Amino acid sequence: MTTEDNEGLGGPRRVIGTPSSAPAALDAKPPAPEQAADYVPTDPADMGRAKVAERLAAACFLIAFIAGICFIVAYIGLEVGPNNGGDSVIAAMRSNYALGSSLGLALLALGTGSMIWVRHLTPNIEIEEERHDLKSAPQDRAGFQKDFATGTAITQVTKRPLLRRTLMIATAPLALAPLLLLRDLGPLPGTSLRYTVWKKGTRAVTLGGNRPLRSADMTAPGSMITVIPEGYQDDPDALAKAGVILIKFAPGELHIPTNYDGGKLVSTMNWTVDNIVAYSKICTHVGCPVALYEQTTHHILCPCHQSTFDAANGANVIFGPAARALPQLPLTTDAEGYLVASSDFTQPVGPSFWERG
Amino acid sequence: MSSIIARRRHPAAGYAAIAGGLVLAGALYGALAGGPASAAPGQSSASPANGRSLFIQSCATCHGINAQGTSQAPSLIGAGAAAVDFQMSTGRMPAKEPGAENTRKPVTFSPQQIADIAAWIQSLGGGPTIPDATQVSTSGADTALGEELFSTNCAQCHNAGGSGGALTYGKTAPSLVASTPTQIYEAMMTGPEAMPVFGDGTITPDEKRAIIAYVTQTRTEANPGGFSLGRTGTVTEGIVAWLGGLGFLVLIAMWLTAKRKDIRVGGEGS
Repeated sequence: MTTEDNEGLGGPRRVIGTPSSAPAALDAKPPAPEQAADYVPTDPADMGRAKVAERLAAACFLIAFIAGICFIVAYIGLEVGPNNGGDSVIAAMRSNYALGSSLGLALLALGTGSMIWVRHLTPNIEIEEERHDLKSAPQDRAGFQKDFATGTAITQVTKRPLLRRTLMIATAPLALAPLLLLRDLGPLPGTSLRYTVWKKGTRAVTLGGNRPLRSADMTAPGSMITVIPEGYQDDPDALAKAGVILIKFAPGELHIPTNYDGGKLVSTMNWTVDNIVAYSKICTHVGCPVALYEQTTHHILCPCHQSTFDAANGANVIFGPAARALPQLPLTTDAEGYLVASSDFTQPVGPSFWERG
Repeated sequence: MSSIIARRRHPAAGYAAIAGGLVLAGALYGALAGGPASAAPGQSSASPANGRSLFIQSCATCHGINAQGTSQAPSLIGAGAAAVDFQMSTGRMPAKEPGAENTRKPVTFSPQQIADIAAWIQSLGGGPTIPDATQVSTSGADTALGEELFSTNCAQCHNAGGSGGALTYGKTAPSLVASTPTQIYEAMMTGPEAMPVFGDGTITPDEKRAIIAYVTQTRTEANPGGFSLGRTGTVTEGIVAWLGGLGFLVLIAMWLTAKRKDIRVGGEGS
C-alpha cells in the first residue's frame, strides 16, 4: 500500500454484521477512477463464489442451532448424581461427552460460519487508521480547567476546611482496611517447620491399621512399612510432616555413618533397632511422599522428580534434585517391646525453607 | 510383485513400507505374546521328589544343584513355596536371561509341576507358604481399608489403579491387572525382585485380603478417563488437546491472517 492510495480516505469502511442492503449509490457500478476517492465497495469480488459461501455459512449456522438445542436437551435429559439408580461415574461420563461435544460443535459451527461469511461474502479492503495526538486541543484543555475551577468553587471545598479535613479523615480507615486484610495470610509459621509431633516414647503405628509394631513384626529383611505417630491418625496437619517409613535390613547391610551437619548430629547407627531404620517419608526436595523402596538396591526413589536416596547409607542423595538426606528418626523400643521414637527428628523434615539455615 | 518393485521410488513408498512393517510386527506380537497365564496351586498331592528332579533340569543351572544360589542367582533356601509359586505361575521363572528384572510371560510349567518344585523348596528351609483359598478370599473384605493401605504402601510404585510404574535405573513395577489374588498375596509375603516384603506383622492377613479386594475391584470400576492411562483420569485426552489442539489453533490463526491474492486497497479493485 502506498501513501497515494490511502490519501483522502477517512471514516469507517464497513461494519461487520450490517445487512448487505447498502445505500443504492454504493451498490451502483464502480465509478470512474477520478471519482473513486471515497468509493467503498460493498460486494465481494466473486459473486458466484459468494452464492456458494452464503449457503455454506447458513448451513453452519443451522448446525450451530441444532447443536445448541442438543446441548439444552442433553443438560435437561441426562441425569447425573448418585440418585439415578445406575452408576454415577458412567452417568457423569455420558453427560460430559454429550454436553462437551454438542457445545463444542455449536461454537465451532458458529465460528466456521462467521469465518466463511467474512472471508467470502465481504469485499476485501485494507484499512489503515492513523494515530492521533493523545494531547487534547488547547481550547479543550482551557475549557476543562475553567469547568474544574467552577466546579471546585460550587462544592465549597476550598472555602470550608472543616468539611474537607473531616472527609479526608473519614476515608483514611477505609484505605487502610485492605492492607489490614493481609494479616489473614498469617500467622507466621514460627518454629513449627522445625519440629514434628514425634517425641520420646511416641509409638510408631501402621497407617491404616493403627497397630503398634514390635521389631519381631518385621522379621524378613527387605520389609518396609509406612508408620505414623500413635494418636495422630486423624490429624492431617500433624501427619503432613510426621510420616515415616520403616525398613528392615539383613545383618551387615546397613552402613549408617555417624553424620554431623554443622556440629549437629544428623544420623547414627544407634538410632536403629534390630536393623530396622526409620526415615522421614517427606522428600527433602519439594515434599512429595517418598516411598518407592527397592529392597534389592536399597534405593528410595521419589516419584515426583526422581531424587534417589540410599537407604543403606543414611538415606544420602545419590541422584536427583534433592539437596539433603532424608532425616532419620531415632528409634528405640519401649517397656513392652514396641518400636517408639527416642526423640523428635534432630533436623527439620521436608523441603528447605528460608530460615532453615 | 513387479508393480511393487516399479513403485518402490514413489514418494509414499517409504511410509507404506514403515506402516506395513508396523502392522506385521503388531500381528506377530499378538500371535506370539498371547496365551493363558493362570496357574492354580495344586498343593494337595505335591511331590517334593519330582520337584527336585524338575528343579535340577530347569533351575539348577543358575540357582545351584541344591538351590544354594550361585553368582548368577540367589539362594532359594528359606524362600518358601510362595516365592516359587509366584515366580513360576507368573512365568517370570525360568528366566529367559539373567538380570535384575523378569517380566510376566507365558507359563511353561503345569500347575502340578510348579507345586512339586514349590514343595521341594519348602522342604529345604521353610519360608512363606502358598495361601489357601480362604486366605485370599475377598468376600467380606474391607475394600475401603484396602484402598487406604494400597494408597499408603503400594500405590507409590504400582499406581493408584494398579497399572504399574517406573523405578530407578530402568526398572519398573509391574501392572497388577493380570495378577491373581494368590499372586498378589504371595508377592506381599515374599517381596519378589525389588519389591519390599509386607509380612503378616506389618500387614495382617485380613489387611492383605482387603488390599486384594481393592485391587480386584478396581479393575471392574468404570473408568471416567476415556482412553485409560493408568486410570489417571482424562490425561490422554488432555495431552491430545494441548499438543494437537494448540498446533491446530496456530495453523487456524495463520490461515485467518494470511493475505489474500484478491486483496483490494481502498476503493481500487485488484
